[in-house]
Amino acid sequence: MSDTRILAADGTPLKKKLAQSMFRTKLRAFGLVCPLLALIISAFVLPILFMLTAAVYDDSYSSLMPESTAAMQEWDGESPITEAMAAAMVSDLIRARENKDIGKVANRVNREYSGATSLFKSTSRSAKKFEPPYLEALRDKDKDWNDLELWQAIKIASDTYTLGYIANAVDMRAKATGGFEPQDELRQIHITLFIRTIEISFIVTVACLLLGYPVAYLMANLPLRTSNLLLILVLMPFWTSLLVRTTAWIAMLQGQGVMNDLFVAFGVASDEDRFSLIYNKTGTLIAMTHIMLPFMIMPLYSVMKTISPAYVRAAKSMGATNWTAFWKVYFPQSVPGIGAGSLLVFILAIGYYITPALVGGQDGQMISNIIDFHMRKSLNWNLAAALGLVLLVFVLFFFWIYDRVVGIDNMKLG
Amino acid sequence: MTFKKSMTLASAAVLSLAVASAASAESLTVVSWGGAYTKSQVEAYHKPWTKKTGASVVSEDYNGGIAEIKAQVEAGNVTWDVVDVELSDAVRACDEGLAEEIDPAILPAAPDGTPAMSDFIEGSVTDCAIPSIVWSTIYAYDSSVMSNGPKTISDFFDTAKFPGKRGMRKSPKANLEMALAADGVAPGDIYDVLSTDAGVDRAFAKLDTIKDDVIWWEAGAQPPQLLADGEVVMTTAYNGRIFNAVASEDKPFEIVWDAQVYDLDLFIIPKGTKNKQLALDFIAFSTDTQRLADQASYISYGPARKSSAPLVGSFHSKPSLAMGPQMPTAPNNFKTAIQNDFEWWADNQDEMNERFNAWLAN
Repeated sequence: MSDTRILAADGTPLKKKLAQSMFRTKLRAFGLVCPLLALIISAFVLPILFMLTAAVYDDSYSSLMPESTAAMQEWDGESPITEAMAAAMVSDLIRARENKDIGKVANRVNREYSGATSLFKSTSRSAKKFEPPYLEALRDKDKDWNDLELWQAIKIASDTYTLGYIANAVDMRAKATGGFEPQDELRQIHITLFIRTIEISFIVTVACLLLGYPVAYLMANLPLRTSNLLLILVLMPFWTSLLVRTTAWIAMLQGQGVMNDLFVAFGVASDEDRFSLIYNKTGTLIAMTHIMLPFMIMPLYSVMKTISPAYVRAAKSMGATNWTAFWKVYFPQSVPGIGAGSLLVFILAIGYYITPALVGGQDGQMISNIIDFHMRKSLNWNLAAALGLVLLVFVLFFFWIYDRVVGIDNMKLG
Repeated sequence: MTFKKSMTLASAAVLSLAVASAASAESLTVVSWGGAYTKSQVEAYHKPWTKKTGASVVSEDYNGGIAEIKAQVEAGNVTWDVVDVELSDAVRACDEGLAEEIDPAILPAAPDGTPAMSDFIEGSVTDCAIPSIVWSTIYAYDSSVMSNGPKTISDFFDTAKFPGKRGMRKSPKANLEMALAADGVAPGDIYDVLSTDAGVDRAFAKLDTIKDDVIWWEAGAQPPQLLADGEVVMTTAYNGRIFNAVASEDKPFEIVWDAQVYDLDLFIIPKGTKNKQLALDFIAFSTDTQRLADQASYISYGPARKSSAPLVGSFHSKPSLAMGPQMPTAPNNFKTAIQNDFEWWADNQDEMNERFNAWLAN
């Protein structure tokens, strides 16, 4: 048997011939996806990786203040300041001022020690005239140089590879002597926001499921003409700008808005004491549920469309009640759609940002709004990257849970 | 001549035409805060400058901060040529090497010969930035809703006497100062008090008293809208925006000048712009005495040059409305004014922002 291999017409073994032709097909397929792959790598994967490195890499101090960085790395973070450390500092300050880098250095240290901006700038202005001993000179210039905490802040800022930003992202902070400690209580915010983000995403997902399931069911089971109309109604919001939809909710929900006017007209609320439906968590939940709804309905619909009505009919003909037929026969078959829709909505919601920014007020803000704040306002891109990294870990974690509980193979998008 | 050859020639001609027109029509991208403020700049600066130089101005809006400038400079793709920024951001942009240095020698002297450096408000011309206006954060209310309206900054924080929602900018800036002023700190002592931990606690404690009644705004155009919609009974705002709603849209808004926090807006040039010479020319032209005075007839922000004050006339569409008394710097408005201390903010903004965000979220 072994020496009677099946040969192709030209005498080569069929297996080899098949592999050759398969390889050509694969090559062609790869050639076709190549542009997309290149786009994804250059416009998506690389920028994200690049941004994420900022979460653990920051050379804004070490590259501009090399001597002081070297001196700081040798220091244990608690013993008294030595003349060598001071001399390195003065020499770096003079150079940074000449190169006009002092502002960057000052702002980096200021993140760890409030007041460092003016201290570094004013000290660097007179640093050229300093004479040894430099430690004395620094202290004569400004008493803040006596503060051990300042030097500890400098040591932390001088770390090029640092876990400090990731620590900040979970309300901890690096210690100069190594290790981490909880962030000052008045400045703790991120854990609260991560929990709130997950809570809001969860509520939105459940609300979308409860509202979307009956709609998808109707769409899948009504006659084609009616269901097409429904489909258009579901897709219509997709054709409207996200900003328009969100601002429409402001007009609907605000104190003098449509909903509150109706409540007053029907006597549900008094004119002086109208409901606060917007600029808070309620506003975020309502607007986000509306915006996410199509992402739940579409996967549900595409799965339900494939469920044959014969199963439910068969169940009923064997004596099942309507409810039993639905719950035991129909519902289990729609679970892949529920899984896909819920995962889609949850993961979109967890990184949502425009809607909470516009209607969230103070208690409807999510973690992405703080990331935006650090990107645009505080310019602390390292912390923004660290927060993004933590958020990414969260999303992967939920993905893993989902895979364990439902199984990713069970997901069906259409 | 073959068809192919004639096509090549034709396209070459078109191409050279396009290149020629691109070279002659120089254009400058000027970025500012939008709304009534940008409109005042278009009328007072952009149009006359285009007339003088023939170069066009592309006007873009933004919401303040220097993040976009940072992104452009670091990516090496600077598309903004001139940006209108707050003083603290001007200093920061200069510190971080994001702005071109500007030699004050390009600035024209005042009509009476006073050199530019002594004509501008003291200390306002910095290494990279040339000031244009003095603006102010004030609070305003709707006089058709409250006939016997609030008078002092304490009234803003008094929800028993004046119930209802308040609008405030979602930033610690100006809010901390106003909170301390409402708590009885004299305008001159505000930053001394804020420089102590107890002082910051005191400011936040005062903000705590109205926290549940506040709607937070971010863009300058929002507060007049919130007032007009009846969403808030009073709101902090930039004084020019409220003035504009009153003067152009006949809104019954009243400004309370007590404890106004005033600041400067300045022009900077992002580092690495291809139109630096043009940008310098624009800035020198726009900040001369007449142009600054002209701008003041479109919006109630005070000119940054002393020599412009006597030239300030009346509102452009209402000759009966004199602009002088509408300015933050008018003597009647200025009695309890607080000057934004940009050095204090440069030192403390990281900590204050974090604390403010945490305070908001909890």
